[in-house]
Amino acid sequence: MTTSDLRLTASNLACVRGGRIVFEGLSFSVTAGAALVLTGPNGSGKSSLLRQIAGLLDIASGTLALDGGDPELTLAEQAHYLGHLDALKPAMTVVETLRFWAAWLGGDAAANAPAALESMGLAPLADLPVGYLSAGQKRRLALARFVATPRPIWLLDEPTVALDAASIERLGAVMRAHLAGGGIIVGATHLDLGLAGAQTLRLGAEAAA
Amino acid sequence: MTRAFFALIGRDLRLAARIGGGGGMAVFFFLVVVAVVPLGIGPDLNLLARIAPGMLWVALLLSSLLTLDRLFQADYEDGSLDLLAMGRLPLELVAAAKATGHFLTTGLPLVVAAPLPGLMLNLEVSAFPALMLAMLAGAPALSFLGIIGAGLTVGIRRGGLLASLLVLPFYIPVLIFGVAAARAALFGFPDGVAGQSLTLLCAVALASLVLGPVAAAAALRANLR
Repeated sequence: MTTSDLRLTASNLACVRGGRIVFEGLSFSVTAGAALVLTGPNGSGKSSLLRQIAGLLDIASGTLALDGGDPELTLAEQAHYLGHLDALKPAMTVVETLRFWAAWLGGDAAANAPAALESMGLAPLADLPVGYLSAGQKRRLALARFVATPRPIWLLDEPTVALDAASIERLGAVMRAHLAGGGIIVGATHLDLGLAGAQTLRLGAEAAA
Repeated sequence: MTRAFFALIGRDLRLAARIGGGGGMAVFFFLVVVAVVPLGIGPDLNLLARIAPGMLWVALLLSSLLTLDRLFQADYEDGSLDLLAMGRLPLELVAAAKATGHFLTTGLPLVVAAPLPGLMLNLEVSAFPALMLAMLAGAPALSFLGIIGAGLTVGIRRGGLLASLLVLPFYIPVLIFGVAAARAALFGFPDGVAGQSLTLLCAVALASLVLGPVAAAAALRANLR
């Protein structure tokens, strides 16, 4: 990635869902090679913030901007998003799934798929239909598409759900490699993601008080 | 861009072939609907032949509606739609790709299967080419108009019935011109009537090719956010 002066900035961001203000006046800035960990109680808006960055939720007020990225592409088109759902079809095999998402998200599917499967320890399962995978294996397959397609911003909503210790270790390695390559990670989690020196943003402090 | 478009169509075709819930079921439903008509109307062969084009078109319409509701809903429920929205292809083209997939897995098999129920309704064999041509022109319109209803009801559980209610008014022009083209060819209407109907049917289909994806994408955007 050549965009070393990448910077994701939010200023005075607000989120309204169902008439209720989830958060407002939120500002942060993340630069290339840095990670932002969102913490906070349930319902404090961690997932909503990630969906706003991914362009999947309207921004009530404030701005969200990416400087130094590809000017031809929107913020959402430069971001990877892992939500609570894994976006997998039971009838497709592991490698077909990965090839499709890589093609869809703008990567070189055929070239990157083997390495992506390897990085998540899924190579032996490549030809198995997704319907036979365990919850943790499905999560790993969803994460493998991050590796298969280079996009500078990674948005991770509870990425460690259903993952075993070895897989969390693999995820940590993949995330560190992404940051070392000048990427940005914004993750919501209740667990330690194993990223040294990550900034932490605590949401919903006033709601919890 | 083109690669992503065809990748999505390819995925939908593959899923339809493996799960079997799409085209196969629609063809079977098509046959069943047409098969019960003689039972309800009685064995009057002349009457059956006269209503055959209309019945086949109504059956085609119903079979197309039957397969619409899961078009976006399946992707919405497993989170795929979020990622489809994050690709470099605009949602309009996502909708167009889904509609193309729907036509290839549902509309096209129905058109190909049409002669069999046609025979069951005592339709003249000489009318088959005209009927199939009209169906081939009209079936894409059914898919591309159908995605509007599918997009509007994407977040609603059991939204299939609502989608049918929303889409059916848009299907009326397709039905009118489709039946007119087939009947004109069958009953020897004055020269040019069959051609005119077919031309109008193609016009409806072409308009839906453009308007359907735009409307469906707007509906999806409203539902996603």
